[in-house]
Amino acid sequence: MKASRWLPLAAFAVLAVLLAAGVWMSRNPDRDALPSALLNKPAPAFRLPVLHDPSYQVSLADLKGNPFLLNVWGSWCVECRVEHPVLTRFAETKRLRVVGYNWKDEPADALRWLEQFGNPYMVVLSDVEGRTALNWGIYGAPETFLVDAHGIIRWKHVGPLTDAIIQQQLLPQLRRIEAAR
Amino acid sequence: MNRLLLAALLWLATLPAALPVFAQAGQQADAAPLQFHNAAEETRFHALAQQLRCVMCQNQSLADSNALIALQLRHEVLDLMRQGQSDAQIKDYLVQRYGEFVLYQPKFETSTWLLWVGPALLLLIGGVTVLVIVRKRKPTIGNVASDEGQEW
Repeated sequence: MKASRWLPLAAFAVLAVLLAAGVWMSRNPDRDALPSALLNKPAPAFRLPVLHDPSYQVSLADLKGNPFLLNVWGSWCVECRVEHPVLTRFAETKRLRVVGYNWKDEPADALRWLEQFGNPYMVVLSDVEGRTALNWGIYGAPETFLVDAHGIIRWKHVGPLTDAIIQQQLLPQLRRIEAAR
Repeated sequence: MNRLLLAALLWLATLPAALPVFAQAGQQADAAPLQFHNAAEETRFHALAQQLRCVMCQNQSLADSNALIALQLRHEVLDLMRQGQSDAQIKDYLVQRYGEFVLYQPKFETSTWLLWVGPALLLLIGGVTVLVIVRKRKPTIGNVASDEGQEW
């Protein structure tokens, strides 16, 4: 009979642990970010005009051969402005090719944005309609993909990059890709 | 004291608005309503959109959401419908790109079995618990029943 007296308390303790775990798991500020469905899968093929010269088109095949970072941004995106200095710092280390993906933006606005803040990108692709972006599972900006030399998506970050994320997630992932080659 | 509490609550309520972590696409997209060819198409589209979750505002369906990505996905879904794709094919199209998350009814898989079986499992545990407690009490009931000969 004694054991059953403790039963409600035990049940409460289990519940409390469960709820605490829920709170603990939701501490991540990016908890709403969706994991990419394309992780470790081939990047969707695309052919997009270059922002600075739309007569040129760049396809996925042109970028294969070495890993690259694809950074989705738009001049309308406030957080991209926050991310911009971080991305610029990273691009200046020349560790990786940084490709810009100008999403649902007016080319004139995008060019002005780059003029004003500086252009960290090796090349900027322009997707005004945003149709190619659907294939990549892009749903906001900024989003950043790491694509390996074979065109496989190895890592994705939703939301602005920070130095910590680059150090703790991107670079280790990049080293892993390079070691595997 | 109550006022302090109220002030604190009001302040808390403003917090989510102060944390715009992630941006929505362009303010200039066309918000023109979708044009349907016929009523059957419209019915089918609405039924399908209700079953799909918006990737941006995650507690709304694709049909309800005003996010620009939802607007674009609605157009995409209608396009795919007109290309003669079945509902299952359209769902697959979205799952391939945005993950299982877009389905309000995720498929039964290794990663989702607890989600599906969970409620039944809890019901079972509860049922067993109640059964055990009831069984334990039986002797007491028997005692009560035994003095039935008593006259009222």
